[in-house]
Amino acid sequence: MRGFAPSPVTRWLIGLLVGIVFAIPFAATLLYTLESPSGLSLDRWAALFDPANAAAYRPIWTGLGNSLILAAVTVLLVLLLFAPTMVLVALKFPQLRRGFEFLALLPISIPAIVLVVGLAPIYLQIGRTFGTGAWTLAFAYGILVLPFTYRSIQASIDAVDIRTLSEAARTLGAGWFTVLLRVIAPNLRQGLLAASLISVAVVLGEFTIASLLNRQVLQTALVLINRQDAWAAAISTLLALAFAFVLLLIIGRAGRVGARRQSS
Amino acid sequence: MTSDVLDGPSLDRVTSPAGPQQPAAAAPRGVARRDWSWVGLVPLALYVAAFLAVPTVLAVASGLFDGDGAFTLDNLAALGDPVILTTFGNSTWLSLLTAVIGAVVGALVCYAMLGLPETGIVRTTVDAASGVLAQFGGVMLAFAMIAAIGTQGIVTKFLSSTFGLELYADGAWIYALPGLIPAYLVFQVPLMIITFMPALAALRPQWAEAHLTLGGTRANFWRFVGLPVLAPSFLASLLLLFANAFSSYATAAALASQGSQIVPLQIRTALTSETVLGRENLAGALAFGMIVVVAVVMTLYALVQRRAARWQS
Repeated sequence: MRGFAPSPVTRWLIGLLVGIVFAIPFAATLLYTLESPSGLSLDRWAALFDPANAAAYRPIWTGLGNSLILAAVTVLLVLLLFAPTMVLVALKFPQLRRGFEFLALLPISIPAIVLVVGLAPIYLQIGRTFGTGAWTLAFAYGILVLPFTYRSIQASIDAVDIRTLSEAARTLGAGWFTVLLRVIAPNLRQGLLAASLISVAVVLGEFTIASLLNRQVLQTALVLINRQDAWAAAISTLLALAFAFVLLLIIGRAGRVGARRQSS
Repeated sequence: MTSDVLDGPSLDRVTSPAGPQQPAAAAPRGVARRDWSWVGLVPLALYVAAFLAVPTVLAVASGLFDGDGAFTLDNLAALGDPVILTTFGNSTWLSLLTAVIGAVVGALVCYAMLGLPETGIVRTTVDAASGVLAQFGGVMLAFAMIAAIGTQGIVTKFLSSTFGLELYADGAWIYALPGLIPAYLVFQVPLMIITFMPALAALRPQWAEAHLTLGGTRANFWRFVGLPVLAPSFLASLLLLFANAFSSYATAAALASQGSQIVPLQIRTALTSETVLGRENLAGALAFGMIVVVAVVMTLYALVQRRAARWQS
């Protein structure tokens, strides 16, 4: 019996009160998109996906396309650069762990708007060497997702004895590449999945860096389209938030399945 | 890999080195070879240097050096300009106000969820929703606020037609500084829930049982045990919320269409127009001032968090 748990009345009172207040903006946004002179209608939703209006809403689709490319490149960065390095630190350089952790969590303390001031000259240079393709922004986004990905991947690394696993595999004749890909990666899949999904959510929601470096991504497109057609921006907002919510729900559920498996 | 070779002392592990003769055979090979594994650290080190260290240094340095690369404090003098001081003041009270309200409301929600199973539907749903609002909302929260309480918003029109209550009798404050308060709370409260829940969940039921067994009351428990134990965590979360609001840009940029009432918006203005207030490198100076404030707050956060971690294991 938990002596300090709130009574059901208190629990429901706080839950309902805060829940309703937080539901208002989003319910209002939904109503706003459904509102029409003749009552509620789905016309505005249909209009957004109507091919006839593709030209008017092109910024949204271009932005979404760029954001998805960026999300993919950022996830590659996480899986092919961050994760292997973290495994290497755990296996060979445990003494570097604290320093690595400090570095990985540092971006939390550096406001994105400050980072932009310093990124502007660097991206001028990148523009000259790699061109101004949308994907180059993924380098900056990798830094933004570093703290989130560090936490989820490190939690997975701590949960498995990767040292013993890799030594066993090496003893049985596996090369380092095989060890990483076929022994360690499958054991870290939960952390890798969470890190990838969080990266996607961060990239789809990012505005600061893209807007100040004049790149077209989903969020900058929403701001642009909002000036001509606030309903389209509101519909896209609801869809993007719902999508991010589902991604995070999957992470939470995946953790739940994993926790149950470990405890049984 | 088959597991029938398993015969080591650690049966609980999936695999472990088999047989005593193998390590002896492997040892000379390890000694003879040079260890090149540090090379694997180089790519990430270069990446972090190029996209985190260099930009941060450049941002701060552009506030401290003039166009010819000579060290100067002239740019920083801009921070003493009355306009800039007002901006920093605005940012500070906005962050403080939303941090305090967000921390109190968020802590209440955490309290309401106390005792619910961590893997249950309520906790996972609230966690996911909090994560979305706290970390990925940005611009979209501004749109939701405009749709709800904008001048043509659903709630505004409802209040006006039903109760005759005009939200904007005194002007369209939602597009100015006061409008940022409700918008910021939409991400501050969820951030509090994410950061404070682990601390609250670490309260041991045994403490309450011991307290009640020894004749204490529930109110007494919170006064003498619960709140003192939670105080450092609460303070740490409050500091994090302050830093979060202070550095937030997207919501304000989408909501406040004109003017630069807070520091991040002032940086935008400085970046997009050549000279503001007749000064060069103003963006750098502002970035410098901002990073000093955030660094102080985050250092305090780390110190308080270390104290708070004592009760969480």
